[in-house]
Amino acid sequence: MTDDKLILGGHEFSSRFILGSGKYSLDLIKAAVEQAGAQIITLALRRANSESGNILDHIPEGITLLPNTSGARNAQEAVRIARLARECGCGDFVKIEIMRDSKYLLPDNYETIRATEILAKEGFVVLPYMYPDLNVARDLVNAGAAAVMPLGAPIGSNKGLATREFIKILIQEIDLPIIVDAGIGRPSQACEAMEMGAAAVMANTAIATAGDIPAMAEAFKKAIEAGRTAYLSGLGRVIDKGASASSPLTGFLYQ
Amino acid sequence: MIDRNTSHMEYQEGMERIDSDIMERVISSMNAYDPDSYTEKDVKAALAAEYITPEHFAALLSPSALPFLEEMARKAQTETRKHFGNSVSMFTPLYIANYCENHCVYCGFNCKNRIHRARLTHDEIERELQAIARTGLEEILLLTGESRHMSDVEYIGDAVKLAKKYFKNIGIEIYPLNSDEYRYLHECGADFVCVYQETYNSDKYETLHLSGHKRIYPYRFHAQERALMGGMRGVAFGALLGLDDFRRDAFATGLHAYYVQRKYPQAEISFSCPRLRPIINNDKINPKDVHEPQLLQVMMAYRLLLPFAGITISTREAAHFRDNVIGLCATKISAGVEVGVGGHEEEAKGDEQFEISDPRSVDEVYQAIKAHGLQPVMNDYVYV
Repeated sequence: MTDDKLILGGHEFSSRFILGSGKYSLDLIKAAVEQAGAQIITLALRRANSESGNILDHIPEGITLLPNTSGARNAQEAVRIARLARECGCGDFVKIEIMRDSKYLLPDNYETIRATEILAKEGFVVLPYMYPDLNVARDLVNAGAAAVMPLGAPIGSNKGLATREFIKILIQEIDLPIIVDAGIGRPSQACEAMEMGAAAVMANTAIATAGDIPAMAEAFKKAIEAGRTAYLSGLGRVIDKGASASSPLTGFLYQ
Repeated sequence: MIDRNTSHMEYQEGMERIDSDIMERVISSMNAYDPDSYTEKDVKAALAAEYITPEHFAALLSPSALPFLEEMARKAQTETRKHFGNSVSMFTPLYIANYCENHCVYCGFNCKNRIHRARLTHDEIERELQAIARTGLEEILLLTGESRHMSDVEYIGDAVKLAKKYFKNIGIEIYPLNSDEYRYLHECGADFVCVYQETYNSDKYETLHLSGHKRIYPYRFHAQERALMGGMRGVAFGALLGLDDFRRDAFATGLHAYYVQRKYPQAEISFSCPRLRPIINNDKINPKDVHEPQLLQVMMAYRLLLPFAGITISTREAAHFRDNVIGLCATKISAGVEVGVGGHEEEAKGDEQFEISDPRSVDEVYQAIKAHGLQPVMNDYVYV
């Protein structure tokens, strides 16, 4: 399984843990990235827009930056933020986050599709954060997304895979990587998402609010790896109870 | 003139090409499929899976799955009930013409076979439709032999318009068309299209389809996509089991439907599972190694791959088999069937395509469905 790679827009990654960088002290970012074994880290462009304490100064070399468009309230604003991120030297990756709701921070799927279409045409590797809706996921595929990032639960809630059944459907039906983003609160939940066949997990609050941030980053790393290995191994079967020796349904073949 | 010297993989003039990679994907998967490479362990893994993947489907079609028919049946019945409850749809085919321009060696309608040819007139079609409607059926499948000259699109369109007066649900099983022609027939009132690839093995296909437009494999293969592009609601897939290695043909049929559904998620998908039958002037034709257990295996594998798909059981099969597969994996059954031209109101005007095995009337089949604790449904569709 050493050649098991996560491929996003033609770029290969061996880690399937995408780490967020918000909500914790800048001087802990490096340790968290290292303990997580993460190769992709998200950052809000609005946090890189500071004269003092620029988050970019704390991210280790060789890590792929995934700037997000948080703060955008519609497609137009997200597109503008993405272009700014590219101009700032953050590369071609962009995670689209568009919220018209500041209480629950739920993504606006419709605006997200529009922004994805525009940015994909401009050569961005677009990773849209979305509410898990199959029709929207298909539209995102057609719009040129490099992956689809459904939420597991409201962002920052640590409530786990509340949308489990809908994420399963996306995993079955969508040919792009499905990256579970938002709501994952514990390593066991990250593990379950990976066992289901998610291509990667993105987490931030669960780590940022832990007692020992680097240690929790490591726990997530191990859970994600365990879940991935289980998925690739093929889960053992659950024996049906009450199986009978007779053939009530197919006996007619031999009558 | 398309004959043995015509490459069967090359489009001919007038045949619409569409942008699709589905044929290449199906053929390469089928060529890589070795049914004998699957073990009991693979079958058990497939039976335990929550979602059946094409790889699981391959295992379920393998010889290793034959000892697990009962387990497959339990899972298939659960899925069928989950998606269709206890409903079983009823319909009948109406052959309006049997002229054909193709030489397909296994088919009673082939242009070299000396049979009585006929084409119903407008009035004859209407009388047949009236007779069928009196049985209580609300769904009809209009069929022709594959002759653009003797049964052109306009003729078929007129038949569809007539059928719309008497039936709520109209399907067509005719030669493959371009998407604009499918759109025309959709506007006339048809919404479901059956085109069967017969065999997906293109080398075998060539040896069975000696002349006529049907010889062109890719044009036939892409018919379902063109039908959907033309606005049709549903498309049916099928291989004629027994022509070639039936496991590989069933595998390709399933994958074909699977990929079309993924590309056109709104499409209603259904399968037919015909086995070879004797024809006029050749009573030796038989389904070879596709016995009833193998046929059931194929039908259940289709059910498990696409749990939401319709599966039609035709009168090629005996009443006993048909009555037991409805509710288990099949969801639609024909009744009161004539496979000659006409024959519902007046005596058949042209000879039949094959021999049927279940001559029961609509009422008899209706009662048989009820006797199995299932609900016959005449229509659950609205044309929009």
